[in-house]
Amino acid sequence: MSEPILATHNLTKRFGALVATDDVSIDLRRGEIHAIIGPNGAGKSTLIKQICGGLRPDAGRVAFNGRDVSHQGTAERARAGLGRTFQISELAMEDSVLENAVLGAIGAEAGAWRFWRPALKTRALIDRAEAALDRVGLADQRHMRCADLSHGQRRQLEVAVALTLAPKAFVMDEPMAGLGADGSKTMTGFLESLRDEAPILLVEHDMDAVFALADRISVLVYGKIIATGTVDQIRASKEVRDAYLGDAA
Amino acid sequence: MRLSEPLVNTIVLAGLLAVPLYALVVDEPFTITLATRAAILALAAVGLNILLGIGGLVSFGHAVFFGIGGYAMGILAFHAQTYTTLDLAVFTTEGTKSMPVIWLVAMGLSAAIAFLIGLLSLRTSGVYFIMITLAFGQMFFYFAISWAQYGGEDGLSIYVRNGFPGLNTLVPIQFFGICFTILCITLFLKARLQASSFGLALNAARQTPARVETVGLNPTRLKLLAFVISGAITGLAGALFADLNRFVSPTMFSWQLSGELIVLIIIGGVGRLMGPVIGACIFVALEHFLGGLTEFWHVYLGIILLCIVLFGRGGVIGLLTGKVGAHV
Repeated sequence: MSEPILATHNLTKRFGALVATDDVSIDLRRGEIHAIIGPNGAGKSTLIKQICGGLRPDAGRVAFNGRDVSHQGTAERARAGLGRTFQISELAMEDSVLENAVLGAIGAEAGAWRFWRPALKTRALIDRAEAALDRVGLADQRHMRCADLSHGQRRQLEVAVALTLAPKAFVMDEPMAGLGADGSKTMTGFLESLRDEAPILLVEHDMDAVFALADRISVLVYGKIIATGTVDQIRASKEVRDAYLGDAA
Repeated sequence: MRLSEPLVNTIVLAGLLAVPLYALVVDEPFTITLATRAAILALAAVGLNILLGIGGLVSFGHAVFFGIGGYAMGILAFHAQTYTTLDLAVFTTEGTKSMPVIWLVAMGLSAAIAFLIGLLSLRTSGVYFIMITLAFGQMFFYFAISWAQYGGEDGLSIYVRNGFPGLNTLVPIQFFGICFTILCITLFLKARLQASSFGLALNAARQTPARVETVGLNPTRLKLLAFVISGAITGLAGALFADLNRFVSPTMFSWQLSGELIVLIIIGGVGRLMGPVIGACIFVALEHFLGGLTEFWHVYLGIILLCIVLFGRGGVIGLLTGKVGAHV
């Protein structure tokens, strides 16, 4: 078993009396999709923020690609190869689809300190951006303004921007959020195809998607991981049923 | 009315050039001075527009850089005209009457101060950013008032306009030529900057800083550099403005001036290349024509501003091109 690409060790975060993240140790191995599920308010977003760098844990550490990144900021972790998508789309709404993807390409090439050459006429940036848009099926929409995209297309663009970074691991916060049944199915197929490129830590509410995609599932309840296992193990676990799944399993 | 933006831009610049040329023909030097004033205010606002339009940061203290540019000119020229030595601890200078040197000093100082102010104020955002930049503006204003060595509240008069190699800067049309050329060069550079990787990233940092961070870029550093570039341009405008009036006073640091620069941009069109230029032309024209009729002409400026904010988002450029934003 190779070393996990991404791991948290005894991560703890308190907000006053509330323990939002309670001694969480999870890992993401190469080639896998590891889903984190849990009821609303279980602390999934808080956990994601600590993994990606927006929030500093009170205790514990985050290791990425064999290095302790606990003290690095979001931008540094992104440069190290952590690709993130947001639950609520974080995109430049006034800009075109292509410009959003080019932003990712600029980040990937650490090229924000170029002041003369038009970004949209820089071959390397355009190639990288268009390749990512192709992957998610937004190539034809590249000149559309982001604000004019459908919700589903925005979710795709979120992933495309992360893809431009050629990340070593993805952290995706509810990529299916707000998608219809069809959209969900398309996205599920797409994430499946991403697995070989980089492993995915997937926070998701859509149980069909989770059961279809995940190699392993961790269940987060009140900030604590109450179970980690394969899909079958999680479905069979009585504790998980009581705490979260109910009849869905 | 639906005009393409490049067409509008060309018309505006051609208009700003045509007015003083016409004035030259009919021998109305004061009109040339008005056009020069518009060009210089436009330049100052182009600087602010980089920060406000692309970066989305409302600096309510940009008069700081206008004033620094003004005082850079005033102090250097004062020492040159009084044959006194300016002692700067590490070196001394006799001052200078050379415009290019003054411009470099004005831009360098403005950039350095912008870096420091930006470093502190970018820790905040929204209304706190506005307030902290305003506070810096007031600090400089009151410092200038108490700076007795350079005229204090009364300011400094410079008797002969500074020189530019090969030109007679006292001839109004020649000085206008200098200011207009600088404005055009700056507009060109600003257009390149806006389309560059830096411009794209800065524009994204205004809309979605979280995204910019997750692609590995630092939004605060992008904004800090925008602040520095913006300050340097406004500083250059300040030096020209002081040369236009041959006079520097603390009012160049006043918060009213900071506000006027913002108003110019809003009237013309936030983030648009020519927004500040249109805004400055309208502002100077109103100031002149309405100012001749009533000393309360700001009331009318206020009404125009109100109409534009309520009905014409995108400013005059937005109305002419039918597009609210640069991208829409």
